[in-house]
Amino acid sequence: MENLGFLLEGFATAATPLNLLLALIGVLVGTAVGVLPGIGPAMTIALLLPITYSLEPTGALIMLAGIFYGGMYGGSTTSILLNTPGESSSVVTAIEGNLMAKAGKAAPALATAAIGSFVAGTIGTTLIVFFAPLMASFAVSLGAPEYLAIMLLAFVAVTAVLGASRLRGFIALVLGLTIGLVGIDAVSGQARLTFGVAQLGDGIDVVVVAVGIFALGEALWVAAHLRRKATEIIPVGQPFLRKEDWKRSWKPWLRGTAFGFPFGVIPAGGAEIPTFLSYITEKRLSKHPEEFGKGAIEGVAGPEAANNASAAGTMVPLLSLGLPTNATSAIMLAALVSFGIQPGPLLLQRESGLVWALIASLFIGNFLLLVLNLPLAPVWAKLLRIPRPYLYAGILFFASMGAYAVNGSNFDLILLLAMGLLGFGMRRFAIPVLPLIVGVILGPRVELQGRRAMQLSSGDPKGLVGSVDVATGQFVVSAIAVVVYVIIVIILLWPVLFWLIRKLLPARAEAAVEHLSEELHQDLDTDRDGHPLASSHAPEIKLPEPSPKERP
Amino acid sequence: MSHASTAGTEWAPAPSGPVRDLAQLGVCAFLLVLGVIMLVDASTLGDNTTGTDPLGPKAVPIFLGSALILLAIGLTVAVLRGSTPELEGGEDVDLEARIDIKTVLMLVGVFVANIVLIDVLGWVISGAILFYGSALALGSRHYLRALVIAVALSLITFYGFAIGLGVGLPAGILQGIL
Repeated sequence: MENLGFLLEGFATAATPLNLLLALIGVLVGTAVGVLPGIGPAMTIALLLPITYSLEPTGALIMLAGIFYGGMYGGSTTSILLNTPGESSSVVTAIEGNLMAKAGKAAPALATAAIGSFVAGTIGTTLIVFFAPLMASFAVSLGAPEYLAIMLLAFVAVTAVLGASRLRGFIALVLGLTIGLVGIDAVSGQARLTFGVAQLGDGIDVVVVAVGIFALGEALWVAAHLRRKATEIIPVGQPFLRKEDWKRSWKPWLRGTAFGFPFGVIPAGGAEIPTFLSYITEKRLSKHPEEFGKGAIEGVAGPEAANNASAAGTMVPLLSLGLPTNATSAIMLAALVSFGIQPGPLLLQRESGLVWALIASLFIGNFLLLVLNLPLAPVWAKLLRIPRPYLYAGILFFASMGAYAVNGSNFDLILLLAMGLLGFGMRRFAIPVLPLIVGVILGPRVELQGRRAMQLSSGDPKGLVGSVDVATGQFVVSAIAVVVYVIIVIILLWPVLFWLIRKLLPARAEAAVEHLSEELHQDLDTDRDGHPLASSHAPEIKLPEPSPKERP
Repeated sequence: MSHASTAGTEWAPAPSGPVRDLAQLGVCAFLLVLGVIMLVDASTLGDNTTGTDPLGPKAVPIFLGSALILLAIGLTVAVLRGSTPELEGGEDVDLEARIDIKTVLMLVGVFVANIVLIDVLGWVISGAILFYGSALALGSRHYLRALVIAVALSLITFYGFAIGLGVGLPAGILQGIL
């Protein structure tokens, strides 16, 4: 396998003392920031990106890989100890994890999460080694029409499949595309939406948008609703697993990984569905189903593995197609671009050494995380006690430092504030942020591919679904593009189709959905005494079925 | 939410306050204005459709501007039919409380001060003001402790990032002293 040879070279690059040190710093800082309440993995990377600016791209990416896994792990620690998860992907982990913590079993909960993350991350990264080159060699054969179709699919998927409201999702997407449009048009050289401001000519930096929307927007939003009384935090000892816990954990880890990875690879798979599926599966298969709802270790092990495997899976489309499928990989893509690396199907060919060093450091980061975090868990738990005024003042402080560092100009701080206010408004009106970020990043590339496709067909709209075969001079419809467009139409029409399906098979389907939702209802809404839990986390939990909330 | 029979909305807490959230009409107005600006801006672009670029620079802005206007209309209809935003909670977010706009305005004020001061006074001073002002705005009453943390944080970041890692942060009036 030539991939393994490349991987070994990657390890050789990543395992130099300096690069190992960078990975170590990345893991430590990533965990420390990710553990802070309210800061998810995406925001962790966005806030810490400036640290990597002065490094050369390889070192920077190695550090980012550490930050990536550190941020992921930090987030799950928070959700187990505080119960109110920072992002939707750790909602399911929080259910049983927090119940375990409340029952005095915080240590095994954190341990099964940490070891499960390690197992899932290692298997997931191994799968990247095999799938990313495979997908990239397929992607190289794609022309402008196919590439355009796949990116449009990514738009529609993050907008219409994830999130509660399609209408609000599309609002976010179009706002993002609008932000991406600002600047001088690469083809015609004309300034668009710059209103004569010279600094806008280069466009709005994606990092400024991400930090503004994620960090500043979140800080302002929390400031407007700050809970004045401190949340209760459970003390943690040294994480450990007893023999019994190992026996109950290892199968859920593997099953969770099997659920998570495929959902990470497909656009808009996300981590919500696989973590949920893992939870339901473990509950069905468990020898101790009565413990579910009281703190069952399987209910932490499975979903946490699914969450991490899904995160690893998102690296496949990111590295082979340049397609971000969740907020964290969107920020990773922004980071790649800011290092002057052109993402896309040719990335693996052009930047082979760099990509394999990144993959190798994913392995290393994952390992460091395990070694560090089991002993350091009590320290991380202390970070949860940081007084909230300092926490959010610190976010504002680091956000503005990072934005200023992008170009060394206070103009970016003005943009950052504008983006922060936009992010605040989006939270106030429940407009999702992920479609906006994906729109900002992919928008310019979609336009470029669209114009390229039209150019190849000399302005004939047929060029969007196929191209002229060079050998024969005949127009050939691209099967890939057509299939992708059909999928897009199905996703867009899904509420109508769903309604039709329910009409056609009324009794049985209805009963199944009813049954599933009842089961979830019992698990999620009541604590072990059967009292309803505080409703704070309830709105974040969604069934995977897209529900026709916005009637067309 | 006019149609809540599907499983996804089962756990939504009972709506508190008015069923209609008419502040959302502000979003509609924002989208509408933005859409019109897009179309006006697009109309000022030269018509550069050429053989190598049949679509030209205008097509996408016109499409997006129209989309914004359509979305503004769509949201207006949805809001008037009773669509309310589903807010996300969080560790430190108390959605029951009234929105505290005073704190937000104070934070924005401190941030604007940072924008104005950073190039003049340098990062160490403006960053410390940013942290100190934000912490106080957010309700910290440990005046001295917050000040010590603010100064320490801005000094550490300046030495660590600007001097240690070469990240471009301005020294400002402290040039030569730091």
